Amino acid sequence: MNPLRRFFRTPEAVAGAIILAALCAMALAAPLFFPGDPQAIAGPALLPPFQDWSLPLGTDRLGRDVLAELFHGARTSLAVGLAAAATALAVGAIVGTVAGFAGGGVDEVLMRITDAFQTVPSFLLALAFVSVVGPSLGVVVAAIALGAWTGPARVARAEVLSIRERDFVAGARVIGMHPLEIAFREVLPNALPPVLALSSVIVAAAILTEAALSFLGLGDPNRVTWGGMIAEGRAVLRTAPFLSIIPGVALVLTVLGVYLAGEGVVETTAVRRSLS
Amino acid sequence: MSSPLLAVSGLTKRYRRGGKTIAAVDDVSFDIEPGETLALAGPSGSGKSTIARLLLRLIEPDAGRVEFEGGDFLSLNGAALRAQRARLQMVFQDPLAAFNPRASVARVLDDPLRIHGIASRKERPRRIAALLERVGLSADLAGRAIHEISGGQRQRVAIARAIATKPSLIVLDEAVSALDVSVRRQILQLLLDLQREERIAYLFISHDLGVISAIAHRVVILDAGRTAESGDARAVIDAPQSAIGKALVAAAPKLNRTSKDSDAADRQ
Amino acid sequence: MTALLSIRDLTVTYRRDGSEVAALKHVSLDVAAGERLAIIGESGSGKSTLALAIAGLLPASARIGGRIDWFLRSPSSWGAKAPPSVLPDISPSRGEIALSSPPSPISKVAGRDPTAKLPISPLEGEMSGRTEGGLMERDAQKSAAKPTHIPLGGRDIGFVFQDPSASLDPVMAVGEQIAEVAHAHLGLTWSQSYARAKTLLERVRLPDPDAALRAFPHQLSGGQKQRVAIAAAIAAGPKLLIADEATSALDTIVQAEIVALIRQLVAEDGMTLLFVSHDIALAAELAERIAVCRHGELVELGATAQIIASPRHAYTRALLDAHLGLDAEPLLERAGASR
Repeated sequence: MNPLRRFFRTPEAVAGAIILAALCAMALAAPLFFPGDPQAIAGPALLPPFQDWSLPLGTDRLGRDVLAELFHGARTSLAVGLAAAATALAVGAIVGTVAGFAGGGVDEVLMRITDAFQTVPSFLLALAFVSVVGPSLGVVVAAIALGAWTGPARVARAEVLSIRERDFVAGARVIGMHPLEIAFREVLPNALPPVLALSSVIVAAAILTEAALSFLGLGDPNRVTWGGMIAEGRAVLRTAPFLSIIPGVALVLTVLGVYLAGEGVVETTAVRRSLS
Repeated sequence: MSSPLLAVSGLTKRYRRGGKTIAAVDDVSFDIEPGETLALAGPSGSGKSTIARLLLRLIEPDAGRVEFEGGDFLSLNGAALRAQRARLQMVFQDPLAAFNPRASVARVLDDPLRIHGIASRKERPRRIAALLERVGLSADLAGRAIHEISGGQRQRVAIARAIATKPSLIVLDEAVSALDVSVRRQILQLLLDLQREERIAYLFISHDLGVISAIAHRVVILDAGRTAESGDARAVIDAPQSAIGKALVAAAPKLNRTSKDSDAADRQ
Repeated sequence: MTALLSIRDLTVTYRRDGSEVAALKHVSLDVAAGERLAIIGESGSGKSTLALAIAGLLPASARIGGRIDWFLRSPSSWGAKAPPSVLPDISPSRGEIALSSPPSPISKVAGRDPTAKLPISPLEGEMSGRTEGGLMERDAQKSAAKPTHIPLGGRDIGFVFQDPSASLDPVMAVGEQIAEVAHAHLGLTWSQSYARAKTLLERVRLPDPDAALRAFPHQLSGGQKQRVAIAAAIAAGPKLLIADEATSALDTIVQAEIVALIRQLVAEDGMTLLFVSHDIALAAELAERIAVCRHGELVELGATAQIIASPRHAYTRALLDAHLGLDAEPLLERAGASR
């Protein structure tokens, strides 16, 4: 109750939460409002927005309903963004915890692998991975996570290095707890807050990376994505700029919303930590 | 009397600091008999806490032997070490730092029972309640979070956790130093009751000779990692031989209550 | 003996998650100039809150009722030779200290009549007449904006905290931390400030004052750090030295040394000492009078000998009985011990 109230006291967090809520509503309502295939032809091609109220945002080059595409695109963007970020955070937290807790050679090997991943630009990594394996939703998620797990891993390791020296970890060893249980049940949960603080940035970056992959034609071809819509509109940028602008604005708002809401959560938990 | 519960000999731990090697613990030897309280006293930096951590295998010594319950404790590893830990427990100075900040009282007490297979999942809540009552707490406390209870209650929970596995030796590292005086006395009384009833031996680490004189049978006084003197607690405190022993006795705050003085005279 | 300060009906309330917790309830207490007064009690007794209230260091969220009146002698004693005292740099209320020259409206008042009772509240940094009788919110920003209204501004109070590791700046050389106080608040040049810092380090008996000037806090032991904190606290010769559990984190031997040091410094400089402790025996060794706090109330106040030998309040008696000295009755039944 109290943290919630504190969260809603910051205007940025409220703005972020509203944007995210609208986005989630769009994603959830997509099959309700637009039950058919969003990629089906719905009217005349290149109908500008606000002309025909059955197609409020107009149609694209092939006469597909832009609003329907936007709603279904929200599903893909959110799903890929959240899944990729969750994968990256989970992998990063586990690698960081094992490296920090085990120390020695294990730490050395894991951190050099992390270095290797970090030196390659994450977008190139994603691009290469999708090009080799082939585009599908799962592959795109994995590709994005591949470049995003190193940050959480480093933060988790640093946190674990300080937590493992604390008395309660010694206490867990004294009662004979297995090292793996100590690492994942005692240490990891206490190392998570600063790692989770990265989530807003990672989700936002994942959504952008997904859009960029789709823009380059490496998204899942069976799904509407905002990146794909922008790419589609690029061909008629001069005559029908709205085809690129509408999904572009949606993308910007989404990233902004994720970031603001995430910062709000971090702020709230930070206050709570300093209070306790 | 034939074989001690714990026999420590030649225990040494060195640290490298700025190119120099410093012995935090330097060739320390002592024994603890079953059911006995041995105190380790000394100023900060004398190696008391390092000895505690060495005995619990939280850090490894550079030299020395530790025989516990007739076996070589330092040679144990992995599962064998974890199993034997049930017999050698520890209570830390700061009970808030010694528990996972997210844990509840129930979880703190559930862990040792589960890890050492002492009670089945169904039986454990009853055992936890019994442990809480054993250390003078209400069984209702089980559902509370560690940070919600008072410092004295936390230290009782720490003792309950330590006795959950029926140990023969508990290392108490400044276990009463952070407590209020009235609470401190109650905790010491609890420790003595447990010792009498369960024949637990204590290694009682403290810089406070007043507390040591109240509960220890024997004392080892350390100075800069070495044994300065050792012997019967009362005898050492009444007539310290080493410089550090004299300094510790001189530094202890004394209450000159006329009534107490006559008591002391009566005892002589 | 003249009073240094008089506390009347002091009530301090902290707000925590919506509910209000009274840390001090209607405490009244006079502190005589030059005395050594110990405030003892267990955790939650309000002893530290009382010390912080006197020093004007309570957090802004605390609600303060009642009054603290100071009786200051003529400010001529604050003259150029005896530098005005300042709070050490470690004080959170550092921002309030802006006075470097004595002539302030208030010190002029004092100058007219050296014995005048000054209705000055250090809590607010304003005339207590404005706040008298009612609750007041302390507002550090407001005080900082009107520095000339601060009669004491910490100039007469030195504060030593429990944990010197937390109260010293870890990335600043020890000498600089002390010298900065002198430089900023006494108007000394840097070389004079460093000379003063060195003298202070000698006075608190650090083994090698020249090396200590350049040392960083982490290079010093706990006892040495506390000596540095004391040097900073007395840097400007305060009238009142407050030691809040200043020896609790130290081992007995170092504790005894620090207590001896405080006793000597207080005697040499004619300071008034407020020694806050949970240890009644330690307090009895140092203080002339002892105030016993419990649950935010002052339960007993008396001369040390009376408190120790014939305590009037049951709680004081309980504290004395709970003390485990070297001569205390052993809890252990030694004869019946199982060996």
